[in-house]
Amino acid sequence: MNCDEFVELVTAYLEGALPAETERRFVEHLAECDGCDRYLDQIRTTVRNLGHLPAQGLASDARDRLLAAFRDWPAT
Amino acid sequence: MADTALPADAVVVARLRARDETMFAALIDAWSPAMLRAARAYVADEHTAQDVVQEAWLGVLRGIDGFQEASSLRTWVYRILINKAKTRGVRDARTVPGLGVTDDDHGPTVDPARFRGADDPYPGHWRSSPPAWPSPEDGALAAETRRQLADALAGLPARQRVVVTLRDVAGHSSDEVCELLSISAANQRVLLHRGRAALRAVLEQHWVKEATA
Repeated sequence: MNCDEFVELVTAYLEGALPAETERRFVEHLAECDGCDRYLDQIRTTVRNLGHLPAQGLASDARDRLLAAFRDWPAT
Repeated sequence: MADTALPADAVVVARLRARDETMFAALIDAWSPAMLRAARAYVADEHTAQDVVQEAWLGVLRGIDGFQEASSLRTWVYRILINKAKTRGVRDARTVPGLGVTDDDHGPTVDPARFRGADDPYPGHWRSSPPAWPSPEDGALAAETRRQLADALAGLPARQRVVVTLRDVAGHSSDEVCELLSISAANQRVLLHRGRAALRAVLEQHWVKEATA
């Protein structure tokens, strides 16, 4: 496998969606290519950071209104 | 993910039905940030996204007593959110992101110039490896990375932005995203792949610029 093919398969690989034969070639290439090893690692780092973006929540007045609506909501 | 501190769905639902306000507050606080990012892909501005998320939570309130638990609570909440966001986007005459794969979604995700040409002994291999990034152990760098990433996510084509937000920011599975957006697994993967590759490239450019500054 070449590097330019590898970089287009990283998502399918991470999703476990590669056909067995392609996955074998992908993993073989990964084992012998520092550039692609780093590329895959950087994709993983990107994904991990997306799970921790600066949290901006609801405006506090909107939050207060929702909690008030919840409080007044009739129980069934 | 942001909701790891929340109890299991059945517990959350039971407490909401018992009108436990602390539980509702915890849910709003845990999920609203990612919901705002998802809504923002459909509507014109931050203010409207705030409105949409608020409407979605009112929808949750209206529906919780009848919630069937056929899907996860979070997927059900997001279904309400996406419906509200689409409705609002249409009403405001915004182009609601079509989620099909378009011509923009083909072609290489890494600049072909980064790879050796056909006349090279190693065609298709890196000319030089992608440059290393600084260690993520540094707290200030991590904060800077995430700020860059948030900006870059906002700049993605809407259909990639929705998929990346639902998968990587909100933490849904691929099956859940396909169901939420009514797209095929193959389309979901293409949009996710292109979005992630574009975001990695933005971070790379950022670190290269920092290193040479």
